[in-house]
Amino acid sequence: MADNNVSDVNANGMSVEDQKRRRFLTGITAGFGAVGVGTAVVPFVLSMSPSERAKNAGAPVQYDFSKIQEGQLVKVEWRGKPVVLLKRSGEMMAGLDAIKGSLADPDSAASIQPGYAQNNQRADAARPELLVMEGVCTHLGCSPVEKLAIGPDPQMGADSQGGFFCPCHGSKFDLAGRVYKDVPATTNMPVPPYKFEGSVITIGEDDGRNA
Amino acid sequence: MAIHRHDNHKSANAFMEWVDQRFPATKVWNEHLAEYMAAKNFNFWYFFGSLAILMLVVQIATGIFLTMHYKPDAELAFASVEYIMRDVPYGWLVRYLHSTGASMFFVVVYLHMFRGVIYGSHREPRELVWLIGCVIFVALMAEAFMGYLLPWGNMSYWGAQVILSLFDVIPFVGPALTEWIRGDFVISDATLNRFFAFHVILLPLILVALVFLHLVALHQVGSNNPDGIDIYENLDEDGKPVDGIPFFPYIVIKDLIGVAGFLIVYLGIVFFWPDLGGIFLEKDNFAPANPLQTPPDIVPLWYFTPFYSILRASTTSLLEAMLWINAGIVAWMWIRSKISIKAKIAFSILAAGVAVGLYFGSGKAWGVVLMAAAIVCFFLLPWLDRSPVYSIRYRSMPFKIALVLFLAAFFILGYLGMNAPTPGKTLLAQICTVIYFAFFALMPWFTSIGQTKPEPSRVTYEAH
Repeated sequence: MADNNVSDVNANGMSVEDQKRRRFLTGITAGFGAVGVGTAVVPFVLSMSPSERAKNAGAPVQYDFSKIQEGQLVKVEWRGKPVVLLKRSGEMMAGLDAIKGSLADPDSAASIQPGYAQNNQRADAARPELLVMEGVCTHLGCSPVEKLAIGPDPQMGADSQGGFFCPCHGSKFDLAGRVYKDVPATTNMPVPPYKFEGSVITIGEDDGRNA
Repeated sequence: MAIHRHDNHKSANAFMEWVDQRFPATKVWNEHLAEYMAAKNFNFWYFFGSLAILMLVVQIATGIFLTMHYKPDAELAFASVEYIMRDVPYGWLVRYLHSTGASMFFVVVYLHMFRGVIYGSHREPRELVWLIGCVIFVALMAEAFMGYLLPWGNMSYWGAQVILSLFDVIPFVGPALTEWIRGDFVISDATLNRFFAFHVILLPLILVALVFLHLVALHQVGSNNPDGIDIYENLDEDGKPVDGIPFFPYIVIKDLIGVAGFLIVYLGIVFFWPDLGGIFLEKDNFAPANPLQTPPDIVPLWYFTPFYSILRASTTSLLEAMLWINAGIVAWMWIRSKISIKAKIAFSILAAGVAVGLYFGSGKAWGVVLMAAAIVCFFLLPWLDRSPVYSIRYRSMPFKIALVLFLAAFFILGYLGMNAPTPGKTLLAQICTVIYFAFFALMPWFTSIGQTKPEPSRVTYEAH
């Protein structure tokens, strides 16, 4: 038809069958258009995921722990996170039992650690005095400061047996990384997988052992 | 070729005639400036809208010059900021204008929002102006948060660490979402690089678009005034409001006085006290990012601290208090409220759901929920406020008391957020958190009681 100005007339004069056909075609065209746009978004969204380089940076790290003195704390970087290595003294170990009643998760039931570290001292039974722990607050990921001295502390409280205090939101942990009651964090600081070879500790690898 | 003009705005000369036939220049000028009528009794509080636009322009302009020297790379970022400060000619000025500008932008925006609350500018018919404004506030917070990571100082790093960890508490998808936002398992070069992209491209575009929508919505309904009355109820024979004056030149000239006063304060800080004793530039951010060492007192910049305090206040004891408050509200409703039985049952089920959430949820998850709710509350204001009058000048006493309590709680929360938590301060933050939410929750009640003063039919104005 050589008539250019009759789109309204066409629409009104269209048979019901044709109107249905037009609606269907319009709908399916718009639908496929939406699928196309959605598909085009996928590579952009995925481009923001961790890159291969970032994934490869998660290798285990090793540290010779024989140079740590009793009562001394060192931090090792593993996967960009600070890992605390603390060789606890006898007095520090005794303190772990003293404050058990003030803890939110004393048995680490709701917390992250390998099976061999789910105990009172949260450490491998081979070296119970050596605390190996991700120094990352389970509230919002700050790095708690060490309060190793036993005794009253303005932030840790009067009956402190030493521990860790998170400066961001005031969460308190004992010297096994177990969280106190009534602070923002609710689980204990995580223990990463680790294994010993002589005086060298490998953090991030335990050969899948559970004990 | 015939050109069809659908307006009757008279072009100034032959050149404008030519332009107007192709682009609505005179029409837009007239409708939005020369013939846009605003009340003649605008006061101090009406400076802050135009000042907010000024700050947006300043931030974009100084930002462009900073990107000429800044390197969005974890290895280079901190040093490149120092390079701007020491070696780039006037780099220190551009950077201080930008860093102080961010804080001054928030000062202006907070005062602008407060103006809306005291004069009822969020009420009908300006609800969408208010809602778009609230979205601008949220976008501005995102912009400021991402910008704060860029200097790659230690506070930048740990601030981003804390705020991004907030997404971890979202059920099921939280940790994966956080990883996706960071682009790594920790805050890293990937995070810095994408925050730079968002800070300099995405969010400025969004902000400019939102400001445009804010003004379109405002010009559709017209500006409010300190009396909170409709100036279009008193029209002269030309159909123009008798209490209205054209935005250009009158309000523009008035706003320029505001700009002059504002610049004295803003540039005074830039030149003489750019860190404002650690409030505008935090001391810990003068050291480079260190993933192994959290700063001893990690605090966000001052404009986030009221919300940050609410986040921190959420511990088990606050949840217990909220459980009691929740139960108290339900009990009061059954005994005293006159709403229908159906509504009572529906409300009780809702309250029971909240109670289950409070009982089983962690303080951490609730902290995030409360912090988000603290911002969402602003969006609801137009519907929570039931007062028959708009302006504080005619409001009832219960509203004024509630507003003072809210302001006190807001400032105390802001102060507490800048300081390390102690048990006493946490308790105070919890009390203020309860006051903060009570202000919004009880607003339908305290705005509908008490004696309001009669509104005038014309705006209050004395010629000088």
